[in-house]
Amino acid sequence: MLVWSKSGRIATWAVAVPLFLLIYGLPIGVIVLASVSGQWNDILPTKLTLAHYSDAFRADSFDALKGSLVTGVVASGAALVCGTWAALALRKMKPVPRRILDLFFFIPSAVPSVSIGLGLLVAFSQPPLLLNGTKMIVLIAHFVLISAFTYGNVTAGLSRLPIDCEQVAESLGARPFYRLRRVTLPLLAPYLIAAFSLSFALSMGELGATVMVYPPGWVTLPVRIFSLSDRGAIFDAATMATILGAATLLVLIGLSRISTKAMVR
Amino acid sequence: MAEATVMERMPASSKPVVASASAAAASGSRIGFEDVSVTYGSLTVLHSFTLTVNPGEIVALIGPSGSGKTTALRAVAGFVKPSSGRILIGDRDVTYLAPYDRKIGMVVQNYALFPHMRVDENVAFGLRAHGAAEDVIRKRVPECLAMVGMAAYGKRYPRELSGGQQQRVAIARALAPRPQVLLLDEPLSALDAQIRRSMLDELAKLHRDLPNLTVLYVTHDQTEALTLANHIGIMRDGRLQAFGGAQSLFRHPPNRFAAEFLGRANLLPASDLQPGEGDRAHVRFGGTVLSARNHHRLPKGSDCLVCVRPHDFRFTRTATEPNSIGGTVVSVQWQGDVHNITFEAGGQTVRMTSTPMASPPAIGEAIAVHFDPDEVTLVPEDARHG
Ligand SMILES: Nc1ncnc2c1ncn2[C@@H]1O[C@H](COP(=O)(O)OP(=O)(O)O)[C@@H](O)[C@H]1O
Ligand SMILES: [Mg+2]
Repeated sequence: MLVWSKSGRIATWAVAVPLFLLIYGLPIGVIVLASVSGQWNDILPTKLTLAHYSDAFRADSFDALKGSLVTGVVASGAALVCGTWAALALRKMKPVPRRILDLFFFIPSAVPSVSIGLGLLVAFSQPPLLLNGTKMIVLIAHFVLISAFTYGNVTAGLSRLPIDCEQVAESLGARPFYRLRRVTLPLLAPYLIAAFSLSFALSMGELGATVMVYPPGWVTLPVRIFSLSDRGAIFDAATMATILGAATLLVLIGLSRISTKAMVR
Repeated sequence: MAEATVMERMPASSKPVVASASAAAASGSRIGFEDVSVTYGSLTVLHSFTLTVNPGEIVALIGPSGSGKTTALRAVAGFVKPSSGRILIGDRDVTYLAPYDRKIGMVVQNYALFPHMRVDENVAFGLRAHGAAEDVIRKRVPECLAMVGMAAYGKRYPRELSGGQQQRVAIARALAPRPQVLLLDEPLSALDAQIRRSMLDELAKLHRDLPNLTVLYVTHDQTEALTLANHIGIMRDGRLQAFGGAQSLFRHPPNRFAAEFLGRANLLPASDLQPGEGDRAHVRFGGTVLSARNHHRLPKGSDCLVCVRPHDFRFTRTATEPNSIGGTVVSVQWQGDVHNITFEAGGQTVRMTSTPMASPPAIGEAIAVHFDPDEVTLVPEDARHG
């Protein structure tokens, strides 16, 4: 693009492809390779093994995978419902109060996640709001961190919705809830799926706040990876990282296929 | 078409036109605007708008872009809240009623079909929203699709249809819940000329099939208005400038704006009006005296405009006929079925059209044209919009 001569294009590719491979490919490649290494003292591993993977699907590590998936799905689901609700409710609002509320929603995404974690830890450490050491506080931390993105995505989607469709639906006798269910939400579906995908991916990778609040017995994958590498179990950490990446990717691919279907209609 | 007697006169004062046509009492619902004003912030886009669409009648609202036509239509639909005045559908005051309780059909320029539903589900939408029984839906949907010639397309998605087909579906969808009132906002504007003409015929036929349906038809296209409407309202800057039967409004426009907007009439400035026999009057235009109908009963001695449609001129080479105007040809254009000739007369540029001429005049040639005084009306000079 923007380079028209053939030799120019070849030269561009010759620079871009190795650069791309170096920046994106190398770290991923190293992680994947490490996840199947038995021993790695030279430039390449000297022994390959799947032992880390069989370990990964046992006990602690598998629980961490489960923990991450459950946290991701529940927190993203809750954020989707609340973010959509908020976006729909604020749509009809006057610009100025709306701008203020928009800002309020975006604060959590601007504050460092460690601070959010610390804040929650302090806020929920006293009865009657005693949530420390519960799974709930992990879910709340994730919810707070990702709901801003959900809200932003849904708001962007709403602003592109053809307003005529909704008004025609109303003129045909559709009451607000019926119209929401049969017209607004279906038209919004691609944006809802995108919002869910983004928040799910964010939640799967979340470390900063989770590390502050996670209770005993409810560990997420990033926390597990962090503690494994802290202990020097680099290969096991790499295995978990590979699994984390693969699991997230699988869910996102699935969602994007549903989204494509919704778009085509 | 309505007879000339229902014509409303545009008063010379700045009082808004109050439109109401003779009641063609039928079993249907009228649409009534009573002194409706609409404001956006400090901008008033509809000024004391009063108009009645009688049951079973088609009223077209025409006017340039931004004149408030869509605002008026949306006020009936309930998407625009009047700042004052009342809106009636039938005998119900619907001013404060939610759109979904108004029992109207609405068709918009860009079709607005629900893209995620098949055609038959689009048409069924209003019935389902009203909680109609499944067997009613199964019967009514094909009926409505057949009415607009789309019976074979029920299982398609909107994106698989052409613009004209989508608009037919949109009409079927609006009619399926059997509304008493149909609101059409520039329904043909997004279609190309040829499809627009055939859709126009079909809309006319549709209204013959549904004689009780009351229609408010918003358009900026005078052909659509003249073809479909019983009465026409002409809007400008949020005000009703003129209202009347389609034919009488065309033949006897009450003011300059109506004459120019509806049919691009020539308006020759004349003076010293003298009443003649019947409703004739004589006026002075340049050095000649012209006769025309004084339909609006303009007072003796007043200044006025002679409203001559381009096709009302008869072409002669020399001024032998009465009611002749002499002029110099500025341009001659042949368009296959007509000749368009522009000439200068009395400091005015005048347009005429005629059937194709074997030997059209040359540019710069002196010609004369005349007109039948019964075809031509005197229009008051509008002080406000000169
Ligand atoms: N939502 C709105 N906010 C502010 N001004 C509006 C809005 N809708 C329409 N207007 C203004 O009202 C006037 C009339 O608009 P409209 O009724 O759409 O005209 P038309 O349909 O005759 O082209 C225009 O000047 C337009 O800019
Ligand atoms: Mg409009």
